[in-house]
Amino acid sequence: MDVPLGIPFEHVIYLAIILFLIGVVGILIRRNVIFILLSLEVMMNACGLAFIAAGARWGEADGQVMFMFILALAAAEVAVALGLVVQLSRRFRTLDIDAASEMTG
Amino acid sequence: MNVLLLISLLLAAGLVAWASERVNSNLPRWIALGSFVLATLWILAVWLGGPSEGGLYADQLYPWIPRFGISVILQVDGLSLMLIGLTMLLGAVAVVSSWTETKTRQGFFQFNILWVMAGVVGVFSAFDLFLFFFFWEVMLIPMYFLIAIWGHEDKAYASMKFFLFTQISGLLMLVAIVALVWMHYDAQGQITFNYHVLLETDLDSSVARLLMLGFFVAFITKLPSVPLHTWLPDAHTQAPTAGSVILAGILLKTGAYGIIRFVVTLFPDASREFWIFGMALGVASILYGGYMAYSQSDFKRLVAYSSIAHMGFVLVGVYAFNDLGMQGAIVTMIAHGFSTAALFMMAGALQERLHTREMSKMGGLWVRAPRMGAVTMFFVIASVGMPGLGNFIGEFLVLLGAFQEHVLLTVLAAIGIVVAAVYGLSLMQRSFQGTPNPDVAQMDDFAFREMSVMVVLMIALVWVGVYPQHVLGMTESVLPMLGVSP
Amino acid sequence: MSMLWIVPALPLAGFLILFVTEGKLPKMAVAAIGAGSVGLSALVALFVGIEFMGSGSTSYAQDLWTWMAVGEFSVPVTLYLDRLALVMVGVITGVGFLIHLYATGYMWEEEGYSRFFAYMNLFVFAMLLLVLGDSLLLLFLGWEGVGLCSYLLIGFFHTDPANGYAARKAFVVTRVGDTLLILGLFLLFREIGTLDIQESIAGAKEAWPNGSTMNTAIALLLLGGAVGKSAQVPLQTWLPDAMAGPTPVSALIHAATMVTAGVYLIARMQGIYLLSDTAMLCVAIVGLVTLFIASFTALVQSDIKRVLAFSTMSQIGYMFLALGVGAWSAAIFHLMTHAFFKALLFLASGSVILSLHHEQDMFKMGGLWRKLPIPFWCMAIGSAALVALPLTSGFFSKDAILLTASHSENYGMWLWGGAVAAAFMTSLYTMRMMVITFFGETKMEPHDPSKANMWLPLLVLAALSIGGGWLGFSVLEELFHDGGVHGGLHLDDPIAWATMAVPLLGVAFGYFVFATKAFDRRGMVESAAGKAVGKYWFTGWGFDWIYDTLVVNPFRWLARLNKNDAVDYIFRFTSLVARILHNLLSITQNGRLRWYALTMFAGLLFALVVVAII
Repeated sequence: MDVPLGIPFEHVIYLAIILFLIGVVGILIRRNVIFILLSLEVMMNACGLAFIAAGARWGEADGQVMFMFILALAAAEVAVALGLVVQLSRRFRTLDIDAASEMTG
Repeated sequence: MNVLLLISLLLAAGLVAWASERVNSNLPRWIALGSFVLATLWILAVWLGGPSEGGLYADQLYPWIPRFGISVILQVDGLSLMLIGLTMLLGAVAVVSSWTETKTRQGFFQFNILWVMAGVVGVFSAFDLFLFFFFWEVMLIPMYFLIAIWGHEDKAYASMKFFLFTQISGLLMLVAIVALVWMHYDAQGQITFNYHVLLETDLDSSVARLLMLGFFVAFITKLPSVPLHTWLPDAHTQAPTAGSVILAGILLKTGAYGIIRFVVTLFPDASREFWIFGMALGVASILYGGYMAYSQSDFKRLVAYSSIAHMGFVLVGVYAFNDLGMQGAIVTMIAHGFSTAALFMMAGALQERLHTREMSKMGGLWVRAPRMGAVTMFFVIASVGMPGLGNFIGEFLVLLGAFQEHVLLTVLAAIGIVVAAVYGLSLMQRSFQGTPNPDVAQMDDFAFREMSVMVVLMIALVWVGVYPQHVLGMTESVLPMLGVSP
Repeated sequence: MSMLWIVPALPLAGFLILFVTEGKLPKMAVAAIGAGSVGLSALVALFVGIEFMGSGSTSYAQDLWTWMAVGEFSVPVTLYLDRLALVMVGVITGVGFLIHLYATGYMWEEEGYSRFFAYMNLFVFAMLLLVLGDSLLLLFLGWEGVGLCSYLLIGFFHTDPANGYAARKAFVVTRVGDTLLILGLFLLFREIGTLDIQESIAGAKEAWPNGSTMNTAIALLLLGGAVGKSAQVPLQTWLPDAMAGPTPVSALIHAATMVTAGVYLIARMQGIYLLSDTAMLCVAIVGLVTLFIASFTALVQSDIKRVLAFSTMSQIGYMFLALGVGAWSAAIFHLMTHAFFKALLFLASGSVILSLHHEQDMFKMGGLWRKLPIPFWCMAIGSAALVALPLTSGFFSKDAILLTASHSENYGMWLWGGAVAAAFMTSLYTMRMMVITFFGETKMEPHDPSKANMWLPLLVLAALSIGGGWLGFSVLEELFHDGGVHGGLHLDDPIAWATMAVPLLGVAFGYFVFATKAFDRRGMVESAAGKAVGKYWFTGWGFDWIYDTLVVNPFRWLARLNKNDAVDYIFRFTSLVARILHNLLSITQNGRLRWYALTMFAGLLFALVVVAII
């Protein structure tokens, strides 16, 4: 069964991959914690998009269920991460993630 | 005799000694000393009582983990009894030798000594391979603590080295044990770790060779033989006096015992094929140990290397595969236990008095402490192999036995006797003779406590040297069991 | 004869008492125990000897206990007495007692009086065991025991490192010989199956034909042991240095008894040597070479004890020569007379040394003969016996050796010629020693502290040195069934005349060279050639140099080189590799979040690629 709007399934997946890679690159190149968190959100949403598309492609509800989980996860993650961001800015007086590189092996 | 009781009592005494430190810091060593003296007397009584009809002094069997055929088999024959007796006696010597040396954590110190000794008794009497391995590990850990906690300046390095060498070679043995049991299971359909049952295992000769090597490497690491000896000088030098006494006097003997009891008997054919290598390794140890001993300037290190040379004689004797060599090896084990324990105790006593082991900082000590000088002279002479003292009997029988099998190797080993004179006398010269060192203005001589131990050891050496029949008679009946026909 | 065991037991008891009391006894008690135990032992030996000679039996064995027994190998502790052993016991306890007595005076002022007598008693015990042992292993026990005591006594004044060095040298060099000896025992046991002396000789006679290789090998290995103990070439270098010990020690151990143990061993193993002409010839050559080298060396020494040491070496060379040519009785005869006169010489020189406050350099002595009459006359008598002036004890024994050598079938006249030439040298160096020490101008004023306990032994030994020769014809006759001692005055034999005349000529020449001004001695010594030869001889023909260069120094160098044990580098390398890997990996743990993320994605990518490829 085709997607009602007529967008091919592959295109959605490509979009998801592109979004995901944007997130990855964002994590790797940004030093600001806020931007890293944003990139994480982008990656999660890319996954969510892929789930939605897959759910639509096979007509199953599982994709939507997984998206709900991802939303919950993202919400929880943001809550914790923002707490960490606050701590980071308090301790290091910066939002630069590389400042917090004390856990060396 | 109830070996299990002896082991449990030693373990219990260890716990009591540890706990008693809270009451009085002197109490632990009295408890340890009392336990060892009583145990020695017990062994003596058992020895005087004679063996049972089967030639055994103790025979105990309890199931332990029946599912895997593991049981507690503790048996004591002449060889084991003698070594256990030596262990208990040297245990007392070890406690006395560190009487004033350790200042911290007295209780835990004595606990470790008692537990090492319990492990050693188990090693000498276990006839279940799993149990044997168990005790092999039991004696390792407390020994590690002894070096690591109460050792000298480089203790962390030395204890770790000791631990790694023994542990890795022990694992090799474990693999060999499991493989042997598996082979037996494969052939007979029965899982058992019982030594007597495993003796009957039919092994493919190539498999037997591999398994034999597994045991062999574990035991020559402990012995130690060249080229796996390098842990010993470090461990000895860094260990507290009691640790050195135990290490040289007893732990090295567990290696020799293992070769005699397990390598030679479990894999008779493979061992016999291997004889020339075993003997050559022994000769290499004799020569290399002697040569290295001469080049040392540290009193304890010199004695440590001399141990390697003496243990080489054991290897040569065992791999001669005749009654002379085997008996000689056993006498060497006993006599070396006495003489080297005394020399290490002397090293400890010197370090306690002078705060150094460097012989360049000694010299002319005889003038300050004639008793110590005379005692050192006695034990140096013994370890040089003077007839009339125990070491000579052992080395002579070993060489006599080896000569029947291989002339060239025996001649090389005999050169070791000359080298022994070189390093032994140079030890004497550099520490006790020569111009009195002006830095050592005064040194306390041996008092009653140290002298009494030394006298016991001297009498023991003379006894073995003048009438070795007691030792030889004890092991004579064991020889057929060891696969050595006279 | 059942009292035989008491003979060695008494000195042992003396040793134990002195050892256990740790020098806390008063000096008089120490002297009484030290000398008394040996004296009593000599008395017991005398009784046993008289009983033995009276019994007419050829041997007596006393079983004590089984030393060790393994399978077929069994060594009983059995004392075995025959005429040979009896002679040795007599020398050891008799001469030993005299020397002990002398030492009670000589060592009176020294530190460690008790320790000294403990060692000396232990020595006598070990030496008695050596000669009484029925088994070669028991002999070896005594053999090593005397070596130990020799070491302890050479290094008696242990605060001087030079003494310690001399002691260690003596022990190690003789140990080389001992090792050969014990290898000989191994070989003997492997071939014959016993170490009992009588049984093994009987077994060897049965097992081997004359001149068999195995027998020769055993004989040569035993010779190796004898050479080490008796300071013969090539293991002779320790004896001159051994003079670092107190003089009574030199007299007892390094002249009268221990150094003759090699002679005893070969005589004891006669049966083995008789089977091998090669070995016999080797023994003779060793003796001759030593005797030659030592007598030349003695000629240039300046230390009076070293002169005597080299003289001892050369006299033992005579004994070896005698053994080699089959003059068994003569060898033991010379051993006995040598014990008398050499002990006398050492003790007398000891008195001289003591009276000059431990001065041993002959060139600082001189003109002492009026001031120290007893030592002088004793030295003179000892020297007369040493150079074998007619009718002294040394004359009979040395003549017996030389005459037997001249009759020997193996190069007899060569051996005789060499030995006679060396006898000439003996006269020469003896004259030199006497003249320089006792005549000429007085350079030091002596102070003689000796008492009866010191000069009495001298007088007894002097009497024995003169008259002891006659013992040879009663006690030693038929010792070995070799026709006895061919000594004495053979007035019809030109060789005997020559043998007798050479020492006299030597003495006369020596007088001409050293005592008169007619000969330009100084000129010869000072000349370039004279200096070079003198130096070469002085160092004992360079043997020490050879051993130092070939063995001692390379060994020391190797020892220094490898102090840290090269084998350990293998294991240190292993740990080094582990450490490097550890360091490399811990670089990656830098704590940077983005680096971790990067490696994570790189790993993911890698996994994807791998999956894709597969």
